[in-house]
Amino acid sequence: MTFLGWVTIFGFALILTALALPLSRYLAAVYGGEHTFMDAVLGPVERLLYRAVGVDTSQQHDWKRYAKSVIAFSVVGWVLLYLILRTQTLWNFTGLNPMGFHSPPRNVTFNATSSFVTNTNWQFYAGETTMSYFSQMAGLTVQNFVSAAVGISVAIALIRGIVGRGGTSLGNFWSDLVRTCLYVLLPLSLIGAVVLISQGAIQTFTGYLHATGLTSGGAQTIAMGPVASQEAIKLVGTNGGGFFNVNSAHPFENPTGFTNLFEMVWVLLIPASLVFTYGRMCGARRQGYAIYSAMMVLFLAGAVVCYIAEAHGSPAQHAAGLHTGVIHGSGGGNLEGKEQRFGIAGSALFDVVTTATSCGAVNSAIESFTGIGGAIPFANLSASEVIFGGVGTGLYSILMYALMAVFIGGLMVGRTPEYLGKKIEARQIKLVVLGLLFTPLAALFSTALATASHAGRASISAVGAGPQGFSETLYAYLSQANNNGSAFAGYTGTTFADLVGGLTMLFARFGPILFALAIAGSLAGKRISPAGLGTMRTDNPTFVVLLLGVIVLVGALTFFPALLLGPIVQGVTGHLYS
Amino acid sequence: MLVLTALLGILYPLAVTGIGQLAFPHNANGQQVHLHGRLIGSTEIGQRFTGARYFHTRPSGTTPPDNAAATTFANLGPNDVATERAIRANVRAYLHSNRPYDPGLTVSQIPVDAVDTSASGIDPDISPANAAIQARRVAAVRHLPLRTVMALVHTYTGGRGLGFSGEPAVNVMQLNLALDKERP
Repeated sequence: MTFLGWVTIFGFALILTALALPLSRYLAAVYGGEHTFMDAVLGPVERLLYRAVGVDTSQQHDWKRYAKSVIAFSVVGWVLLYLILRTQTLWNFTGLNPMGFHSPPRNVTFNATSSFVTNTNWQFYAGETTMSYFSQMAGLTVQNFVSAAVGISVAIALIRGIVGRGGTSLGNFWSDLVRTCLYVLLPLSLIGAVVLISQGAIQTFTGYLHATGLTSGGAQTIAMGPVASQEAIKLVGTNGGGFFNVNSAHPFENPTGFTNLFEMVWVLLIPASLVFTYGRMCGARRQGYAIYSAMMVLFLAGAVVCYIAEAHGSPAQHAAGLHTGVIHGSGGGNLEGKEQRFGIAGSALFDVVTTATSCGAVNSAIESFTGIGGAIPFANLSASEVIFGGVGTGLYSILMYALMAVFIGGLMVGRTPEYLGKKIEARQIKLVVLGLLFTPLAALFSTALATASHAGRASISAVGAGPQGFSETLYAYLSQANNNGSAFAGYTGTTFADLVGGLTMLFARFGPILFALAIAGSLAGKRISPAGLGTMRTDNPTFVVLLLGVIVLVGALTFFPALLLGPIVQGVTGHLYS
Repeated sequence: MLVLTALLGILYPLAVTGIGQLAFPHNANGQQVHLHGRLIGSTEIGQRFTGARYFHTRPSGTTPPDNAAATTFANLGPNDVATERAIRANVRAYLHSNRPYDPGLTVSQIPVDAVDTSASGIDPDISPANAAIQARRVAAVRHLPLRTVMALVHTYTGGRGLGFSGEPAVNVMQLNLALDKERP
């Protein structure tokens, strides 16, 4: 461990908070329908889009209408992406398939399509040996935008439900969707892409390069492409699907120590800002601060543990006789599967950032993390993506946890639970429990299926390596169920894994969305009762602790037995398996 | 959906390409290195350098090593005997090429980046400690003063982002090119 490593972790938290506060004000203006400084440029484009598609954005949707629109839009997006990928060679006339790649097989396409439409970006394919530039741009990049926009829209709808004063309206889905794409994701992506190019990311339509090498034996083909434009939205939309197979470890995606920091900020920017936006929209900023504190505590705890574990080095390194401490000119640590320019702190923090959110980008091989270091991404996923979480998804998930905490708190003090003046009753709590248990159940069910069947075990690469094989399987389904997309990348695609994974992603995405919208609908019409002396406050440290307790308890009770069998066994032993 | 595809899938990447190619053409095209009229590689992408006269890049998990057209992690587990074996093999190779020029070199002095595989498989950099060990070999083979080689190493060592993010890293391609210029 080094002093600068700690500066990286805590400096990052400060930079993030400093940027999220002003952005949250802008987001509140965008979703409040207020005037923003972008109106002059984007207003005409927005109106043109509505006219072209012929939607009436003045119409207010109740929760059922909103949910139907979400589903209909996602189905159309799914079909379009599937067709684009399956007809890859049809688009060769654009000149955007320089390597002449054929379409991926049906099962891989099914998995990839479900993956990008659900904002998961789990990849059972390698970008630079499968996808044409056209598929990456017109197919995958587009879903990176709109799947992120769907998540944010649902979160905004839930906020409207919580703060609504009577009536059934949650806003207009089409307007939320388009405004998210135009006013939020597009500007941030443009800025991100240009910053990345200025530091060395590539953006070109030319074919792969054939280099002769400086010395004999150095000849190589270098994969190219329009990388920066996809990289930027991959981060800011917490999508995480790399242009290249090694994702953000690739120097063309993430060229320097500076871009590594920048990429982490871009991943967390919207999830962090939305929490403050929530505080603004419900007219009590302290509510946002409370939830932000709970998230930040869990986030920093994970980052600290992961950094210490990775800096310590792995049993395999020690068995081979390596010294893994800091020496002059080398940061030491478990550098297996990590890049020199990022170092241990930059790799550990990146991993925590992208597994706490549903981004799932990686700049190092999670499979090669130490047992305890690797247990952190597991823990982040087990918390169901509420440590900031994905864009939108993180907020609506933690709000469900908050309702749960209010309910438990209410039981303890013996009063009817209230949240922001609205009574939380049996119907809401039933929906919350269903919404919160949907994802863990999907994860555990598919893991069990994959562990118990021959077809499932065929995906394991660490055969005979003891708990590592189980870790691979559990991680794969935990990641897909949480729409994260990062991987113990040794786990390989088979027809079984493609299909089970694809279905897991779809169920675990749209199940919780429907429950979140149903909760919003059931809260929207409730009267707001004024806070009295006995009202449990939800904006003070006591509530933050209660909320933390509920998150940890639900996550731990659900996943602890499974985690024991995988990463924790590896973390507490120096034993090597063969 | 079609309208959004045109806007976000076609116009947006085109706009970024336009800006990138106009403002940062060297970066946008991958920092290519041309020597005597032929493309030899990119300073951003690690490649195999053979021979004792050159600095060597880190171990790579791709097939063949440093394959920039099909990148992959090595995915070696932390508690896996296969990982220990792979590291031991890398240690043997590293000692074999460097100990003749640095007789006191032992396993415990080898910096981790020299024997652990990189993430991308095409890591263009090595640690300053790794470069300092290889510098003895390169200086001896090229009959250059160690001071001269170390000065070049220092020149091509990239710093941390904003002074704290990441680790100092020596760009092997730039260093080797500079060496060839110094003493072809």
